[in-house]
Amino acid sequence: MNIIERKNWYFGLSLLIIIPGIIAIFLWGLNLSIDFTGGSRLTLSFNNAVGNNQVQAVDEILKTEKIKVASIERSNKLIFIRTSPMDQNQNSKFINILSKEFKDVKEHEFETIGPVIGQETTWNALKAVGIASILIILYITWSFRQVPKPTSSFRFGVCAIIALIHDVLVVLGVFAILGHFFGVEVDSLFVTAILTIIGFSVHDTIVVFDRIRENLRKTGSSNFAKTVNESIIQTIGRSLNTSLTVVLVLVALLLFGGESIRWFVVALLIGIISGTYSSIFNASPLLVLWHELRSK
Amino acid sequence: MKKSPRTLLWSIILLTIAVIAINLPSKGQLSFTKSLSFKQGLDIAGGTSLTFKADMKEVSSDQKEKALDGVRAVIERRINFFGVSEPIVQTAVSNDDYRVIVELPGVNINQAKNIIGTTAQLSFWEAGATGSAKIASPSAYPLGAIEILGPDAKKTNLSGRDLQETSVGFDANTGKPQVQLKFTGDGARKFADITKRNLDKVLAIVLDDQVIEAPRVNQAILTGDAVISGGFTNESASILSTSLNAGALPVPLIPLQQHGVDATLGQESLLKSLFAGGLGIIIIVIFMTVLYGKLGIVASAALILYTLSVLSIFKLSSITPYAITLTLSGIAGFILSIGMAVDANILIFERIKEERRAGRSWHESLELGFSRAWTSIRDSNISSLITCFVLYQFGTGSVKGFALTLAIGVLISMFSAIVVTRTLLRVIYK
Repeated sequence: MNIIERKNWYFGLSLLIIIPGIIAIFLWGLNLSIDFTGGSRLTLSFNNAVGNNQVQAVDEILKTEKIKVASIERSNKLIFIRTSPMDQNQNSKFINILSKEFKDVKEHEFETIGPVIGQETTWNALKAVGIASILIILYITWSFRQVPKPTSSFRFGVCAIIALIHDVLVVLGVFAILGHFFGVEVDSLFVTAILTIIGFSVHDTIVVFDRIRENLRKTGSSNFAKTVNESIIQTIGRSLNTSLTVVLVLVALLLFGGESIRWFVVALLIGIISGTYSSIFNASPLLVLWHELRSK
Repeated sequence: MKKSPRTLLWSIILLTIAVIAINLPSKGQLSFTKSLSFKQGLDIAGGTSLTFKADMKEVSSDQKEKALDGVRAVIERRINFFGVSEPIVQTAVSNDDYRVIVELPGVNINQAKNIIGTTAQLSFWEAGATGSAKIASPSAYPLGAIEILGPDAKKTNLSGRDLQETSVGFDANTGKPQVQLKFTGDGARKFADITKRNLDKVLAIVLDDQVIEAPRVNQAILTGDAVISGGFTNESASILSTSLNAGALPVPLIPLQQHGVDATLGQESLLKSLFAGGLGIIIIVIFMTVLYGKLGIVASAALILYTLSVLSIFKLSSITPYAITLTLSGIAGFILSIGMAVDANILIFERIKEERRAGRSWHESLELGFSRAWTSIRDSNISSLITCFVLYQFGTGSVKGFALTLAIGVLISMFSAIVVTRTLLRVIYK
């Protein structure tokens, strides 16, 4: 198996997934939750499965109360409502009116986030992703400082970061598409997922890089591409296995873990699968590409 | 530092017994475990979290910190009066915004509003003498004041600050609850003056810009005692009484964020997460055993020890000031860490297989597997810890919980996957 020889195919496959995602991000953007935009979120429950009449009633009451509705979704016995910021009084008034029509309605969750907090969360999220990437690049550069010539530890760091950006773009793209077609929201837990993916992506990449480092020391770098390819082949089994354990646990969480963390788990799953792919088929081949461009 | 496997083995056995004891459902004999329990976050236990911005417009800049502390003290006092268990009241300054964050487990959002939101500004109003200066805008009048006292209603100098204490009592005639006020010496003098000059007139008692009662003054009251009997229920009387006792907030609060969760939903999600976690462990045990045989069984034992250890840390932390609060995302982080905990084992076992293929003996392969896999385990775990650290620094509530549980998971898993597994293997293959 020669992964390095076919590296352009693998880069192409990545682009095939990333480019539609990027287009989706530019066309539609991400469906940002009230964590970022400010607003209110309510979860109502009923004794029986929710039908159209409950949804309509909710919509009408909110309209007459002059509260802007962003979305109303239902799932079995629950209704999830997103609106412009509501205060406590508006909320209790709404519930009062609704419970006259539907006696079994219960409010499970009410959250209001002011726009100030929303902006702060957005800014913190961007800062967190940036700082985490820089710290990781620094750590890898330091940890791989003794890597033999002709390559350099800095290149390892940069390639790990490119693989990481790849994974983040895959997840962002998929969620832009999911957001547009299925109303899936991006909230502060999603940011957590992205940062976890960043950690995991590098985690995976390092397993391969560590082997390249070891093999370079052992055999020298007369044939860089061959050394890298061997390293990938030697570690591919453990790369897949380590990811598989995480994927299995996440699938269990996805199937049985409840509604509130569902999309968080989906984001993690996509990211971790992408992270495994990029560590095998992107990060190390990129090292070779860089080497080839340099030695020309 | 090379300890003999035997000492390590005994330490591991002791550790296992300890973590099992800590995690046993606490019934009966082991009394010390009784006080240990997980500290559940609001999204599981149910409750309300509120973030306020303190309106500092009228506070000079050197007094702002003090005013913020004042706000916190008043809120804490009010919460204590209501007997909320394990409340959190924090202050934060961010970009010139002075904030108070309040978390009240087991309190629904309406009760929370009664506890904190009620500003309980008490004032007394009288009908003004004819020709006295009028207050500029009608909106400055409390609701109902003009109707009762006429267009010249005037605020007296008596206010909630003149109260010494308040209590709930019952009207001797009707048996209805009422709030009894006792003024300070100064307040009593003011009250005496007011009642003297308003003899046979109506006096309005105003709470938070609303007239709640307007009794006619029959005689001057010199003792400094007064009663508000404005149609209270037992609960509303005690809420008013305690809010008056706790004092008024030094500055107004503007709500920035409020979040109320009902306990049933949280418990349901918790059970689902725990089930998924348990299932995850079983799947991994099967996976490891199928893939690595005996080695896999040892790794599974280490994984179970890992799980119990992390749970023990969560439990033990609840009796320290640094209690780790379990939120749903935190539990997701923990379950994720279970999946990652065996990563180190996989790296080591693959390495052992490889050394075996290179023709080395079992013993040699075992030792080499551990030592040669170490660099990749170290580097990959440090990168995970870096992201945990960043998440903890920049995250809020639930994100912090996730980062902390994941970080604890990473650290403990390095110990369980390396030290525990190696010791067990050394003892088995002696």
